[in-house]
Amino acid sequence: MPQIIKKLTQKTETYIFLVLLALSFIIELRSGQFFTSNNLVDLASAMIVPGLFAIGEFMVIVSGGFDVSFPALASLSVYATTSTLLNAGYTGNIWLPILMVVVIGAVLGAFNGFLIAFFELPPFIVTLGTASVFKGIMQGVLASRQLATIPKGMSSFGTSALFIAKNAKSGLTSRMPVAILVLVIVLVLVFLLLYKTMFGRGIYAIGGNASSAFRAGFNVRRIKFFLYVGVGVISSLAGLIRVCMMTQCHPTNMLGMEMMIIAGVVLGGTAISGGAGTLTGCMLGTAMIVIVQNSLILLGVPTFWQECFLGLLILIGTGISATQVMRSTKMGNMKKLRRAE
Amino acid sequence: MAQNVLKVVDIKKSFAGVEALKGVSLEIAPGEIHCLAGENGCGKSTLIKIISGVYEPNSGQIEFSGKVHTKITPIEAIMNGIQVIYQDFSVFPNLSVMENLAFNSELANKHKLVNVKRMRKIAKEAIARINFEVDLDAKVETLSVANKQLVAICRALMFGAKLIIMDEPTTALTRKEVNSLFKIILDLKAQGIATLFVSHKLDEVFEISERFTIIRSGEKIITGNTSELDNKKFTFYMTGREFDDLAFTPKSIVGDPVMEVKDLSLSGYFEDINFSLHKGEILGLTGLLGSGRTELALSLFGMRKADKGTIRIKGKNVVLDSVRSAMENGIGYVPEDRLSEGLFLPRGIGDNVVISEIDSLANRIGVLDKARKQKEIDRWVEELSIATPNPDNACSTLSGGNQQRIVLAKWLSREPDVLILNGPTMGVDIGSKHDIHLILEKLADKGMALIIISDDIPEILSTCSKIMIMKNGRITATLNPKETNTQELSQYMM
Amino acid sequence: MNTKNKNKNGISAFLKKDVYLSRLIVLMLLWMLFMASVRFESFYSLINFQTMASQFPEFGLMALGIMLCMITGGIDLSVVGVANLSAIMIGTFLNLMADTEGNLPFYGIPAAIIGGAVVGVIAGLLNGILISKVKIPPILVTLGSSELFTGISIIITKGKAISGFPAAYSSTVAGKLFNVIPMQLVFFTVMALFLAFLLNRTTFGTKLYMIGTNMTAAKFSGLKTDRLIIKTYVLSGICASIGGAVMLANYNSARADYGVVYTLQCVLIVVLGGVSPTGGKGKISGVVLSICVLQMLSSGLNRFPQVSSFYIPLIWGGVLILVMVLNYFTENKKIKSPKTVLKSLSGQKM
Repeated sequence: MPQIIKKLTQKTETYIFLVLLALSFIIELRSGQFFTSNNLVDLASAMIVPGLFAIGEFMVIVSGGFDVSFPALASLSVYATTSTLLNAGYTGNIWLPILMVVVIGAVLGAFNGFLIAFFELPPFIVTLGTASVFKGIMQGVLASRQLATIPKGMSSFGTSALFIAKNAKSGLTSRMPVAILVLVIVLVLVFLLLYKTMFGRGIYAIGGNASSAFRAGFNVRRIKFFLYVGVGVISSLAGLIRVCMMTQCHPTNMLGMEMMIIAGVVLGGTAISGGAGTLTGCMLGTAMIVIVQNSLILLGVPTFWQECFLGLLILIGTGISATQVMRSTKMGNMKKLRRAE
Repeated sequence: MAQNVLKVVDIKKSFAGVEALKGVSLEIAPGEIHCLAGENGCGKSTLIKIISGVYEPNSGQIEFSGKVHTKITPIEAIMNGIQVIYQDFSVFPNLSVMENLAFNSELANKHKLVNVKRMRKIAKEAIARINFEVDLDAKVETLSVANKQLVAICRALMFGAKLIIMDEPTTALTRKEVNSLFKIILDLKAQGIATLFVSHKLDEVFEISERFTIIRSGEKIITGNTSELDNKKFTFYMTGREFDDLAFTPKSIVGDPVMEVKDLSLSGYFEDINFSLHKGEILGLTGLLGSGRTELALSLFGMRKADKGTIRIKGKNVVLDSVRSAMENGIGYVPEDRLSEGLFLPRGIGDNVVISEIDSLANRIGVLDKARKQKEIDRWVEELSIATPNPDNACSTLSGGNQQRIVLAKWLSREPDVLILNGPTMGVDIGSKHDIHLILEKLADKGMALIIISDDIPEILSTCSKIMIMKNGRITATLNPKETNTQELSQYMM
Repeated sequence: MNTKNKNKNGISAFLKKDVYLSRLIVLMLLWMLFMASVRFESFYSLINFQTMASQFPEFGLMALGIMLCMITGGIDLSVVGVANLSAIMIGTFLNLMADTEGNLPFYGIPAAIIGGAVVGVIAGLLNGILISKVKIPPILVTLGSSELFTGISIIITKGKAISGFPAAYSSTVAGKLFNVIPMQLVFFTVMALFLAFLLNRTTFGTKLYMIGTNMTAAKFSGLKTDRLIIKTYVLSGICASIGGAVMLANYNSARADYGVVYTLQCVLIVVLGGVSPTGGKGKISGVVLSICVLQMLSSGLNRFPQVSSFYIPLIWGGVLILVMVLNYFTENKKIKSPKTVLKSLSGQKM
C-alpha cells in the first residue's frame, strides 16, 4: 500500500486531481447541485470539444512545439464542409461530413507540418501565420457567413443522445451526446499511440532532446509532420462536433479558444518546454477549466466573474508548479552533487 | 593482419567555402584504444560526425571493416558497429533509463509497437555488460553526470559495436569516475571493441591510449604510438609552438590580507571554511565534484549567501548577498561554464567585454557614451591579444581560448581586488592555456589576489602559490605547491 | 578599424547589415509602386495617409510593448486586456471629472490618461514579479493576467460597453495636430522614439538585449535581472494603456472585449519586424517598418472593393510565412546549397 501512495505523491497529476475534487466539493457544498447526474452529464458534454482540442495541443506541446492555429484550422474545415454540403443539398448521415472534415483537417495540418518539420521553422510563429491564413481563407476566399441551418445528418448527430440523465430532485434532464464517444475513442487511440508505439515515444523523445532523437534513429521530420496532420484531424473533428451540437455554424465562434485550451493543458502538468506530461493530466487540467467555466454559477458567482476566476486559476496554478520546479532544482542539484562523490 | 575496424582516407569537408577538413586519414585496428587530439575548432567534431553518418564528406573514402562506403546514414553507421557518445550523451532526460537504452535497437529493428517486456530485457542485458547498477525506471535527468554517461555507454554497446567514439568523455567526471571509465575502456578492449577517444588532456592520452592522432586546422599532423610521445612533442604537435614549463613564485606577499574568511558555512554545501588571501597570491582551490568548492566560490561571489561565518574584504566586514554586492567589494568571478554562464555568444566581443562595467560608461541617467565604450573595447582587444577578423563578429565564432580571454577581459576591466576563476582553462587548447596562465601570473604580480578552482592538478601545481583542498564541504588540507605532489593532493581529495 | 568605418557608410552597407529589414523595405517599396500604378489618387491622398496613421497606433503601441518583452526573451499577451481595462478607467475618470455640461478641466485629459497608465504600471508589476520572482514562464503569466484584467473589466462594466464621455476627449485624442497630423500618430511616434532611444542609447537597453541573449550570463555579469524584467513589463503595460487611451478615442466607447484579435496580430507584427521570440534581437525600426508594410497592405486592399477585407489576415499570415521561409533559405545558404535542401526534404540526411 505505501508504495502506491509514494508513487502517487510524486506525480503532479495526483495534486491536480485533488484540487479538482476540492473544487467540486466546494461547489457541491454551496449548491448541492454539483454531483447531480444532470450536472455531471452537462459537464461531460461541455468537455467534448475542449477535450479534443486539448488532446491535439497536448501532443504538440510534448513534442516541444506550440500550436495556436488549431481553432482557425477547425473553423475552416468545418465551415468548408458544412457550406459545401448545404449547397449540395446533402441529406445523408454524419459519415460523409466526418470524412470531409477529416480530409480537410489533414490537408491543413499537413501545411503546418510541412513548414515546421521540413523548414524547421519555429512552431509558434508558423502557426501564428497559418492561423491568419486559415482565417483569411475562410472569411475571404470562402466568404464565410453564419449558417443558421446545417444538413440534417449533422444536426441530428449533434442532438442525438447516448442516454438521458434525469435529476430526480429538480426534474432537470440532461442529454449525454453521442459525440462523447468520439472523445473517448480519440482519447484511447492517442493513449495507445503515445505509450504503445514508437511513433508516440518518438514524440516524447523529440520533446526531450530533438538532436538526440535524430541520432538515435528517429525520423524526426516524419514524426513531426504526421503529428501536425493528426492534430489537424482531431481539431477538425472537434469543430464538426461543435457545429453539430450547436446545430448552426458560426464561423468565428471558436476563434480565440486557443489560449484557454493551452492553459488547461499546462495546468495539467504538461511542461511548456516539452518532453513531459501525461494525457491524464491534460484532461484533468482541461476539466478544471471547463468546470470553472460552467459551474461557477452554481457557486452563486455571477458570470461576470468567470474570466477573473480563470485568470487567477491560471496564475495560481502555474505559480505553484513553478515554485515546485524551483524547489526541486535546488534539491535536485544538491542530491546530484552528493551522488557524484 | 586483421582488417582495420575503421579506415578513413583523405576526407575533405567544407562548410560554405570554409574548409573544415583538408584531407584527413585515420586507421583504427580492432580493439585498439586510439586518442584523437586537437585544439578546439581543429575539425575533430566534424570528422566524428562524418564517421557516424551525420555529415556527408565532400570527398574521401570511409571503410568499415574493409567495406568501402561513400555515403552513410546514422543508422548505417550504427549497423556497421560505429557508436558515438557525444558530449551531451544524446540521452533523453525526460525518459526512463530503460527507454533510453532500448530505443536505438527498437528503431533499428523497425519495431513500430512498444513492447515493454522486450525493451526491459534489452535494457537489462545492456547494463549487465559493464555491471552497471541502476534503476531502469528512473528518469535519466535524475542521474548523476557519470551515470548518464554510463547509460550512453551501455546503449552504445548494444549493437555489436566494434568501435566506440567518445567525444571528450572526461570533462564532467571526477577523478574516481575517470578511473572507472578507463577501466571500462580496457574491459571493452578485452572484448575486442575499439575505442576512439577524443581529448586534449595530455595525461589522459598517456594514461589510456595506445595510438594517437593529432589534428590541427583540419589537417592531420601526426599519427603514432603513444609510447613515442612526450609532453613537449605533444604540445608542439597540438600548437606548432614550443613552451617552457612554468612554476609560479609570488613576488612578495606583503601587508594585510585582502580577503579573510572565517567559519563560513552554507548548510548542505560547505562548512567551517577559514582562510586568508593576500595581494599577489594565487590560491588554488581543488577537490572532487561535489566537494563544495563551486558553492564556496559562488558564495564568495554573492550568488548564494552563506548562512554562517564572516567575510572581510580589506579589513571591513561585508555581507555578500548579491552579485552586485560582491562586485562593489572588488570581487570578480570567471564562471565554470563560459558558454552558458560567461558569454553572450551571439554578441560581439565589445558587448561581452563591457557589460559588467557598462554603468560606468554612461552618465547619471544611463545614456551611453558610445565613444568611451569603443575606446574601452579597443583597449581590451589589444591587451588580451584576441585574434579575430572583425570585433563585431559573434563570440560563438571564436576559439575556446579566445572566448576565455574575453570573459577574463570582462572582469579585468573592473580592476577587481579578488578574482575568482572556476576552471579557467577547461576546454581551452594548450596554447591558450599557457597564455592564460601567463596572464594570471602577471595579474598576481601586479597585486591582484586570485582564487583558482580547478581539478587539473598539473595546473594547480604550476600556477598557484598556495593550495587548499576540499572534501565533503570541508577543507582537508592547505599545502605549499613546492612541497607537495600529485599523489599527496589526490590523497587529500578522495 | 578603418575598414569597418568604410563599410559603415552607404546604403549597400546598411542593406547588407540587416538583410531582414532590407527585405521588408523592398516589399514595402514594391507594394507602394504597385499602388501607385493602379490606385494612385485614392492611395496617395492625404486623407488615406491620415486614416492609416490614425488606425494603426492603437495596436501599434501594443506591438511596441510586446516587442520590449520579446527582446528579453519573454512575451506579453496581456496587452489587450490591459488596454481595455485602461480605457475603461480613463473613461470613468473622465466622467468623474466632467461637470454637468460635460466639460472637462484643462488638466482633465492628461490626468485621465495618466490614470489609465497607472493601470498599465500595476499590470506590469504583477506580470514582472510573477515572471522574475516566481519564475513562471512569461507566456503563462501574461495569459493568466490577460484573463484577470479582462475579467476585472467585465466586472466593472457588467459586460456592456460604456460610453457617453465628454466629447473633448475624443476630439482631442482622435483629432489632428495642426489640423494635419492625427494625434494618434503623435502618441505612437513619441512612444516609439522614446523606446528607440532607451534601447539604443541607454544602459537599460543594452542590458535588456543581454538578458534576452543569455539570462544566466547576465546574472553572472552582475545585472539586476529581476528589476530589469519588472521594468520591462511595466513599460509594456504603459504602452498598452496608451493604446487603450487611443482606442477609447477612436471608438468613443470602452468595452472589455475590444481588440481581441490584436494580441496575435501584434505578435505577428513584431516577429515580422525582425524581433526574435527567443530574445536578444530586434529594433524599433523593424517593428515600425512591419506596421507600415502591413497597414499599407490592408489599406491598399481596401481600394479594391472586389477583394474583401477578409483577405487581409490571409495576406498578413502569408507574408509572415513567406518571409520566414526566405529567411530559412538565406541562413542555410551558408551551410547547404539548394540542392542539398531539396535532398534533405526527401528524407535523406545532409
